[in-house]
Amino acid sequence: MPDSQKFGHPFIPNSAPKARERALKEIGIKDVEDIYATIPPELRFKDKLDLPKPFLSEVALRRHVEGIISKNKSAHEYLNFLGAGTWQHYVPAVCDEIANRGEFLTAYGGGPYGDPGKLQALFESQSMLGEMLGMEAVAAPTYDWSAAVASALLMACRLSGRREVLVPENMSGERHAQIWNFVRPHTAVTKVKMDAATGRLDVKDLKAKVSDKTAGVYFENPTYLGTIETEADAIVAAAHEKGALAIAGVDPITLGVLAPPSAYGADVAVGDYQTLGIHMYGGGGLGGFMACADDPKLVHGLSTYLISVGDGQAKGERVFGYTEFHRTHYETRAVAVDYTGTTQWLWGIIGGVYLALLGPHGIRELGEGVMQRSRYAATVLGDLDGVRSPRLEGPFFKEFVVNFDGRKKTAAQVNKALLDRKIFGGLDLSKEFPSLGQSALYCVTEVHTKDDIDTLASALKEVLK
Amino acid sequence: MTRDIAKYRAAKWNEPLIMEQGSPGERGVIPIEAEDEIQRKVGDVAGSLPKKARRADLPKLPEVSQMQVLRHYVRLSQMTLGMDVTPDASSGTCTMKYSPKVNEELARMHHIRELHPLQDEETLQGLLELMYRFNRIMCAISGLDEFSFQPGSGAQGIYTNACIIRGYHESKGQIKQRNEVISTAFSHPADEATPHVAGFKVITLMPGERGYPELESLKAALSSRTAGFMVTNPEDTGLFNPHMGEMVRLVKQAGGLCAYDQANANGILGISRAADVGFDMCQFNLHKTFSAPHGAVGLGCAAVGVRKDLARFLPKPVVTFDGKKYHLDYDRPESIGKIRSFMGNVQTVLKSYAWVMALGADGIRSVAETAVLNNNYLASKVTKIKGVELPWDPKVRRLEQIRYSWAKLLHDTGVTTTDMSHNLVAYGLQQYMQSHEPRLVDEPMTLEPSESLSLDDLDEYAAALKTMSDQAYKDPETFKGGPYNGAVNNHDDAQFNDPKRWAMTYRAYQRKRDAAAKK
Repeated sequence: MPDSQKFGHPFIPNSAPKARERALKEIGIKDVEDIYATIPPELRFKDKLDLPKPFLSEVALRRHVEGIISKNKSAHEYLNFLGAGTWQHYVPAVCDEIANRGEFLTAYGGGPYGDPGKLQALFESQSMLGEMLGMEAVAAPTYDWSAAVASALLMACRLSGRREVLVPENMSGERHAQIWNFVRPHTAVTKVKMDAATGRLDVKDLKAKVSDKTAGVYFENPTYLGTIETEADAIVAAAHEKGALAIAGVDPITLGVLAPPSAYGADVAVGDYQTLGIHMYGGGGLGGFMACADDPKLVHGLSTYLISVGDGQAKGERVFGYTEFHRTHYETRAVAVDYTGTTQWLWGIIGGVYLALLGPHGIRELGEGVMQRSRYAATVLGDLDGVRSPRLEGPFFKEFVVNFDGRKKTAAQVNKALLDRKIFGGLDLSKEFPSLGQSALYCVTEVHTKDDIDTLASALKEVLK
Repeated sequence: MTRDIAKYRAAKWNEPLIMEQGSPGERGVIPIEAEDEIQRKVGDVAGSLPKKARRADLPKLPEVSQMQVLRHYVRLSQMTLGMDVTPDASSGTCTMKYSPKVNEELARMHHIRELHPLQDEETLQGLLELMYRFNRIMCAISGLDEFSFQPGSGAQGIYTNACIIRGYHESKGQIKQRNEVISTAFSHPADEATPHVAGFKVITLMPGERGYPELESLKAALSSRTAGFMVTNPEDTGLFNPHMGEMVRLVKQAGGLCAYDQANANGILGISRAADVGFDMCQFNLHKTFSAPHGAVGLGCAAVGVRKDLARFLPKPVVTFDGKKYHLDYDRPESIGKIRSFMGNVQTVLKSYAWVMALGADGIRSVAETAVLNNNYLASKVTKIKGVELPWDPKVRRLEQIRYSWAKLLHDTGVTTTDMSHNLVAYGLQQYMQSHEPRLVDEPMTLEPSESLSLDDLDEYAAALKTMSDQAYKDPETFKGGPYNGAVNNHDDAQFNDPKRWAMTYRAYQRKRDAAAKK
């Protein structure tokens, strides 16, 4: 161990003795304790922190951390069919290259003069996402999809002065919990039923529940259970009839083939950047977005950062800045209606890199290929004895429900057995959606080959014997 | 030796927008097609969608080849002053420090990057162990008993504290009566904002003559309605409020809970802990104090800690250890529920864990001491510059950051702190943090030189401020027209707040520009 009297720590230049001496001399003190004298002694911690012995060499540190995390089994080693809020898509090398750029990675709140490159990149992401969604106002990234839903629902309440929102039964329980925790001081939350056959929103039930007290109607397309809302326009119309905002939750990677939320009249679109060139990171890959029409009334209602392009002094010079920053909690403080903060801007940048790489044709081809693979998977699983797949009727994008009721095995038992075969089976839905019996939500994307899918099918066949 | 800051020229690529680049038919990447057998079996699935569910036109995305996309973003990165390229003492309250590269490499291993959050916990043992170990570390650092790393930012961590205060009073059936949270004007805005979002009325204590709230102002705010006290200390001024122990005692006596926002803890790690001051809970920013990169405003994580008896309110799930295996415990009926999806930014937790393990107790103490030394070293240089003042009693030492004032400069020359901040980029230094609102210090400048900066870095930074002050006194008009050597020139901000001109997307920009041209 190096002698701290002689050497500094590699991360702390002025812990080296000579530098420290020079600093003390410039300040005119003998010891840093002279500065800490402003803290009353009774508030001081007098011991040494009880921390593990450090690894001062990088190689030892690396070995230690690798030793811990290598106990994980990742989707790189196992065949993964989990989706349900974080999805495994292929990440092009250029996306990783840009995500690793130190200038972006270690930037923070530097403004339009310090970080114009960061702001341009985000403006471009907003622009490309806006094209995917068919919307002209796209906010800077939020925390995650669920946070974007919660913010959009509160926005609907503020704009209308109403205190009730409708959310779909066919959404993730975790998402519902996160939204409910956020909005409950401000609005009642009512669930709209799903159609038992298709897993889509039950428009009849929506019509029965939406009223002139409803501030906003949230729905997902594709739904949490994977099916595509082919009647999204009817949901939007039912909301609009009562003066409620229609808020659509969409996965942007579907929008090369699926109709954008603007096409069926949604007022606000929310969703997540994660599918656009971002690794799963155990859920750390999420980064939410919010978008709407460029209508000042709606834009005033957004509560996050808004990045705008503008014109510089020189002809043709583009500059970037923040729109209506006074809306944010940084300025409203004690009367804030929402909060933003360190959201997931790096992922916002990468979402843009991804869309720029894919281009209009790539994003469509990708969607077409995913739909073929997932349909193939649902079909071959459905060919297995006693398996109903897809369990729900109607078209789906990459996720579909598989039901095991015909084989007297629980979804949990199936997943345990698949795990022994190095497969992460679909998410067990039996607790969240008891009406679907012993079912699991499978996700198939462009990362899956035909072999992968056939491997799953033969493993399931064995497991269900 | 310091570099010659006057000779700096920023990368100014005048890079067109990506939407303005390329040509039809260019491709960046080509997605993988489904195999022939799949295609034969299922046909054109997308094409068989009902018409109204299908996208009619292709989205108007750019068509650009791969190297050109890469180059575009690399150029934009070069027009971004991240901590890897500049000694950022500018971002006061943000604790810009070195994010060790080895931690990035570790976080990029497939064992973290390719994890799905819903995997069976059997396959997440490494991740859960890491989170469990870091939980113990944070307990030692704070003196509290249990942590959650679910919140995705400092603001979300503070919000989590507000939800715990709400959950606590709800559990006692007193939330209707106890509906007020007290904070301070120099705390982070989220200490006032997030309890309001969580449903509380918020009372703000204003600083007294010494730059921090005095006991009397707190006493006047306390009542049977008090639910909690949420405060940063040291506040954004860098002043440690010596009354904090007594304030906490009074709030608790009144029946409230106390939440310590440790956003400014970099100078007091191992020196004064949340529990030593009597706090019931706290939050640390892992992307600030614990070295995880700030991700261009992203990939944050708050470590939220609580006293043992409040652990039941923490967000779900909580990582537990039975002596053999690690588990994700969702069975927590009194939990405030979900704050962020899944387990949060777990890769950020890994980076902070590795950082602490590279330092140990002595290293952490050295972080705090050196951050405080660096701040006072820089202050010694900065306060000698013409036009700068140290608000309140200049003899009272600040800890890890300082809110200075350029009021004298404005008075003498007409140059504002905004002019100064913007001009700093002409030396390759980040524009500086002025102040959160409300601006209780005139013409504020908030600097925080963390332990990562060397004496050369600090000298360079002080030299840039001195050069600017000299220029401002010599030729204020020219100075106010700057910055001249940055990546972007001085420009008008009003356009961003004018609905006719603001544009958050290229399509809005084109529409508005065309409309203006027609006029």
